[in-house]
Amino acid sequence: MAVKPDIEFKMGKATRDAFGAALREAGKTNADIVVVDGDVNNSTRTEWFAQEFPERFINVGIAESNLVGIGAGLAACGKLPVIASFACFIMCNGYDQLRMSVAFPNLNVKVVGSHAGISIGEDGPSQMAIEDVALALGLPTFTVIVPADEPSTHKAVAAMLESVGPAYMRVGRPDVPVVYGDDPDFTLGKANELRSGNDITLIANGIMVSAALEAAHALAADGVEARVLDMHTVRPLDVEAVMRAARETGKIVVAEEHLVQCGLGSVVAMAAAEHAPCAMAFVGVENTYAESGDPAALLEKYGLTAQHIVAKAQSLL
Amino acid sequence: MTVGEPMKMSIAELEEQARVLRRDIITCTTIAGSGHPSSSLSGVEIMAALYFGGVLRYDPAEPHWAKRDRLIMSKGHASPLLYVVLAHAGYFSTDLLETLRQIGSPLEGHPNMSRLPGVEASTGSLGQGLSIGLGHAFAARIDNADNHVFVILGDGEQDEGQIWEAAMTAAHYNLENVTAIVDHNKAQQTGWVRDVLDYSPLTEKWRAFQWDVQEIDGHDMEAVLKALQHAKATQGRPSCIIAHTVKGKGVSFVEADYAYHGKALTKEEEQRALEELGWQ
Repeated sequence: MAVKPDIEFKMGKATRDAFGAALREAGKTNADIVVVDGDVNNSTRTEWFAQEFPERFINVGIAESNLVGIGAGLAACGKLPVIASFACFIMCNGYDQLRMSVAFPNLNVKVVGSHAGISIGEDGPSQMAIEDVALALGLPTFTVIVPADEPSTHKAVAAMLESVGPAYMRVGRPDVPVVYGDDPDFTLGKANELRSGNDITLIANGIMVSAALEAAHALAADGVEARVLDMHTVRPLDVEAVMRAARETGKIVVAEEHLVQCGLGSVVAMAAAEHAPCAMAFVGVENTYAESGDPAALLEKYGLTAQHIVAKAQSLL
Repeated sequence: MTVGEPMKMSIAELEEQARVLRRDIITCTTIAGSGHPSSSLSGVEIMAALYFGGVLRYDPAEPHWAKRDRLIMSKGHASPLLYVVLAHAGYFSTDLLETLRQIGSPLEGHPNMSRLPGVEASTGSLGQGLSIGLGHAFAARIDNADNHVFVILGDGEQDEGQIWEAAMTAAHYNLENVTAIVDHNKAQQTGWVRDVLDYSPLTEKWRAFQWDVQEIDGHDMEAVLKALQHAKATQGRPSCIIAHTVKGKGVSFVEADYAYHGKALTKEEEQRALEELGWQ
């Protein structure tokens, strides 16, 4: 694993940009891919696929329920539909359809929700998905993926398209630090260990991965060696990695840009509780909606920074 | 019948087939002790004409045949109607009808495409079948194929907003290979459609949404057959057939009372019903 040794991350593109580029790339070799859009293709970046493959692109207008249903029908015919909108709209407005038309018949529909989390900033809480991972976890058969940065999102998109069965991928709006090298390992359901350590484990996904690395760096200054896991796949969860972390480090902090009660933290805690109970703490959005504002200021105000992870870690040490 | 060539009965044969389907709908739901016989009885002529009148292209020996047309039962509670038709079309044995709604049976309370051949979509949460049908239609368009997609909608189901999202999309994309059939039986779970949510004028709504609309007597086999053939041949835009039907058609005491929605007939009621249909 080529990981940058320090925490001076280079800024990369947004994960939505990486998704759009990877999707266009995949379209060149996979003629089955059909992209369905809810009139936000210039935000989700599916417009890059649309420009190249207009005959395999359908904008259904602002109608997420219908969007999901059309995806289901395409999949039933052997196409590989990638249906994308803002995470909150496709997951919330399209949820009954995701349940009945996609998850229940276990159809090969790939759902991508962009602008997830509070880091979208100024547009405010109506546009911020903080419950999308919970909703995806509420759909049996769904793989749930939350990639961290630009290079790993490229790999994640390819892996998702190769996998069979319904999947949800969450991508974000702002540019994010690059935590991986150019050609990262990426296997669905297998956590990536970005930093080794045996005093405590920091498990994170999405934009919280770089924050976790930053936190680990800060903890190291106090002589605490933190293991950092990028848990990019929330389901199927890498239970083995959680068990090893629990047994070898005895303490786990989970960090996610999502409601803290019902996302990555919950599934990690369940895995630990069942196989190797240990001390745990959780960083996420605490039982509230956020507000409009500068993304960095929002992350600070709502407790989603490296410092917040450090504080939780110290509470366990 | 050669592979892929649809069964094509005469009007008189279709009418007799409809009488058989009605009998089996009533019998299997009474054995199950639950289900929606009245919602199934209203769509019998439509389904008979589709499957046995030479309209739908299908092959029960090859349920996933790429060239097949699609029938999606969006009003999934009319699953008994779908099941008796699929059984008589040859997708599975009619003996299986006796297992309706029992544990282990693929004939679930609402259609499950993963478990039963011939079921094109899992339905039961209303409003979703037309969008799924559009997905099938888009796939055919991308492949330059001529599969036609028929979707049977309930009239209570017209309350669902997703229907109208799909209606706009089909018209915008000129999906001429889509036909929506509204089984307009005038009743829904808690009352008559006009009392629960009066959405009239229905025909004008579908016309305003830029669909080719026909309004027919959904129990007149000849009219049903003609409308389906017209719909399948329509070019440039999607087709809608508003089929005026009677909920519980063929059984007088069910026709008279919307409260039979979601209720199987008792053994005694079954006897009366079968007598009315001329079976005993």
